[in-house]
Amino acid sequence: MFRNWMQRITLTDVVIWAIGLAILIGVIWGSIVTLGTGKYSTATWIDLTLIGLALGGVYALIALGYTLVYGILRMINFAHSEVFMSGPFTATFAAWALVGAGWWNKYPILSLLIVLGVSAVVSSIIAVLLERIAYRPLRTAPRLVPLITAIGASFFLQYVFRGLYGSGLKGYPEMTILQGFWMLGSIRVFKTQAVAIVGAVIMMLILYGIVQWTKLGKAMRSVSENKEVAALMGIDVDKTISRTFAIGGAAAGMAGILYLLLFPVAHFFMGFFPGLKAFTAAVLGGIGNVPGAFLGAMMLGLLESVGPSLFLDGLGIPAPYQLKDAIAFSVLVLILIFRPTGILGERLAQAKA
Amino acid sequence: MKKSIFTILALIVVASMVLAACGPKVVPFECTDAIGCVDVAPGEPIHIAYALVISGADETLGVDSRNGIEVAMALKGQLLGHDVQLTGEDDGCSAEGGQAAGTKLAADPTIVAVIGTSCSSAARVALPLLSGAGFSVVSPSNTAPDLTLEGNENNWPGYLRTAHSDLHQGAAAARFAFESLKVTKAATIHDGSLYAEKLQEVFANSFVELGGTITAQEAVDPNGTDFKSALTSIAAGEPEMIYYPIFVKAGSLITRQAKEVPGLETTYLMGADGMFSPDVVEGAGEAVEGLYVSSPDLAAFAAEYQSVFLPKYEELFGTQPISIFHAHAHDAAMIIFAAIEKVAVQDEDGTLHIGRQALRDALYATADFKGLTGNLTCSPTGDCANPVIAAYQYHVGEYPPTKVWP
Repeated sequence: MFRNWMQRITLTDVVIWAIGLAILIGVIWGSIVTLGTGKYSTATWIDLTLIGLALGGVYALIALGYTLVYGILRMINFAHSEVFMSGPFTATFAAWALVGAGWWNKYPILSLLIVLGVSAVVSSIIAVLLERIAYRPLRTAPRLVPLITAIGASFFLQYVFRGLYGSGLKGYPEMTILQGFWMLGSIRVFKTQAVAIVGAVIMMLILYGIVQWTKLGKAMRSVSENKEVAALMGIDVDKTISRTFAIGGAAAGMAGILYLLLFPVAHFFMGFFPGLKAFTAAVLGGIGNVPGAFLGAMMLGLLESVGPSLFLDGLGIPAPYQLKDAIAFSVLVLILIFRPTGILGERLAQAKA
Repeated sequence: MKKSIFTILALIVVASMVLAACGPKVVPFECTDAIGCVDVAPGEPIHIAYALVISGADETLGVDSRNGIEVAMALKGQLLGHDVQLTGEDDGCSAEGGQAAGTKLAADPTIVAVIGTSCSSAARVALPLLSGAGFSVVSPSNTAPDLTLEGNENNWPGYLRTAHSDLHQGAAAARFAFESLKVTKAATIHDGSLYAEKLQEVFANSFVELGGTITAQEAVDPNGTDFKSALTSIAAGEPEMIYYPIFVKAGSLITRQAKEVPGLETTYLMGADGMFSPDVVEGAGEAVEGLYVSSPDLAAFAAEYQSVFLPKYEELFGTQPISIFHAHAHDAAMIIFAAIEKVAVQDEDGTLHIGRQALRDALYATADFKGLTGNLTCSPTGDCANPVIAAYQYHVGEYPPTKVWP
């Protein structure tokens, strides 16, 4: 048994495990040093954690779009980051119109719902059009073709919106009732962060419910299992795919509004980095898997927010926050090396087999 | 028969030679310049190019400079009987943009001089290309000290600037913080660009020299949007002021997010000349209230700035200046025009010959030139500015910000 195991192991495995072990030791050592110096107080750690969770919630909603589309079409929709940008950028103008009409602070809940609706509808329409125009004609093409198309569509959408709304920054109006913070015991939670975290969790649950328990969800899952058989069973594959894009787009649009609550500036390039991070989160959690996307996104948000202070600081690296993206993508690489299917990916693969 | 044709031909040739000798004597111009000459035929324009950031979040910086150049062209009119033609490339305010702009411009031999770049990061990459192509390059807004430090690898022949070196700006900002705001603990943030990194370094060194403490020198991604975690980590050091000499996009976001980070509610925030833009007022919203920026002092400019330059700017573009380096760009164009007038050799038919090395020498020899930004005298390494740095403070919905120091 042991000999068998010895024979299967290769030099590459040893090197990879050594790298993994070295990184693990580095992370633990850095964390111990940082915590030992007591440079950051408990309140700072809590603040960092909350920022990470809020960010994670937004990533989760975007990641959902990647994961749903991958689940059903086996393609990475790289234009999803622009779907994410289109809704909130448009909604920013709606928000300013509401400010102009005097509704913004008078009926804040209604205003927020209107803005959410505008953003979700625009993102949803863009996603559906994207599928209809750019992906459907290529559905039978080799897998690389829709991928390249997606990248092209991404650029196209970016520059269309740049042409529409200009290349400058567009501030998102702040809401009086969302300024300041709530005290949960001794923990100070900023209202925007609380809304983002709670909103993301609620939307995530709703979407999970749709996929798991509705007729549409059932159709989506069967199309993702096998398109031909699903069609034979009387499921309209085109319609199901269209609706999947619509749901993913709406989630991205709503994620965009939560994102603007946290970082209230819209511009035409705002989708790029969140999109990339959400894609990472989807892969991290196991692409094609909805709870995986949520888990991966929360992990990524926390790593980005807490990681630099926790272990890079302790290792004596100057200006650690410059490296927060490096942490995110290093984690992606490590996950792909040690667990190519992602955190929850294997269960899905087994269930499908 | 054949012989007679040959004789006639020979006669014609001889006759034409004799006639030519009797006509006006033309000595063809011979270029003796070490790195070549540009010839401008009669009726053709003198070609000046720009490499400025004219798109994206930092576009006001470059567009404002380009407007400054166009004002200078309008005020100057023709140069030695030739029009001036301005073309240009986007430097993207980044190394990649500088590479692209530099490569494209270097391929065009009709260019006499280049005005640019907007950003020091672009300059670091574009200058080897532009300098290698023999151009004279004058930047209106590169402020990183390296670019004009003698012996530095980033100091290229033919490069000059009308913008101040950040050795001045960083020191002035530190003095303002320590003496006027009376803060003793400050933190800095840079975005990894040549400009921001050097400027915060000069600030930090000067601040420590004055007796202050630097609690953190953080760095962020200029394209990022989440700076709260970085700011939270900075807040742990309890600085009384944060100096972040970066660009419009990240600068606006940091201004907004700092107000929402526990412990930074009352911390002074200060940027630099890269954040002197109406886009900061738009991007930072209400959080812009009280934000300081260090920047060239507009009040120290020549009287012509108010009386001649600004009216022309408004006439041409229908707006007040949208950033801070328009006057520097105007001066950059003007010292180039003056240098061309000094070195160009003109044939009788109007053809101009401009020696490239001669033009560079003339630019470096610029002395006591009456510019809008002051009296310009260029150093042998290319520093032409006569810098007076001031501190300005933003208020909600107002542009330009108000001068508060000195």
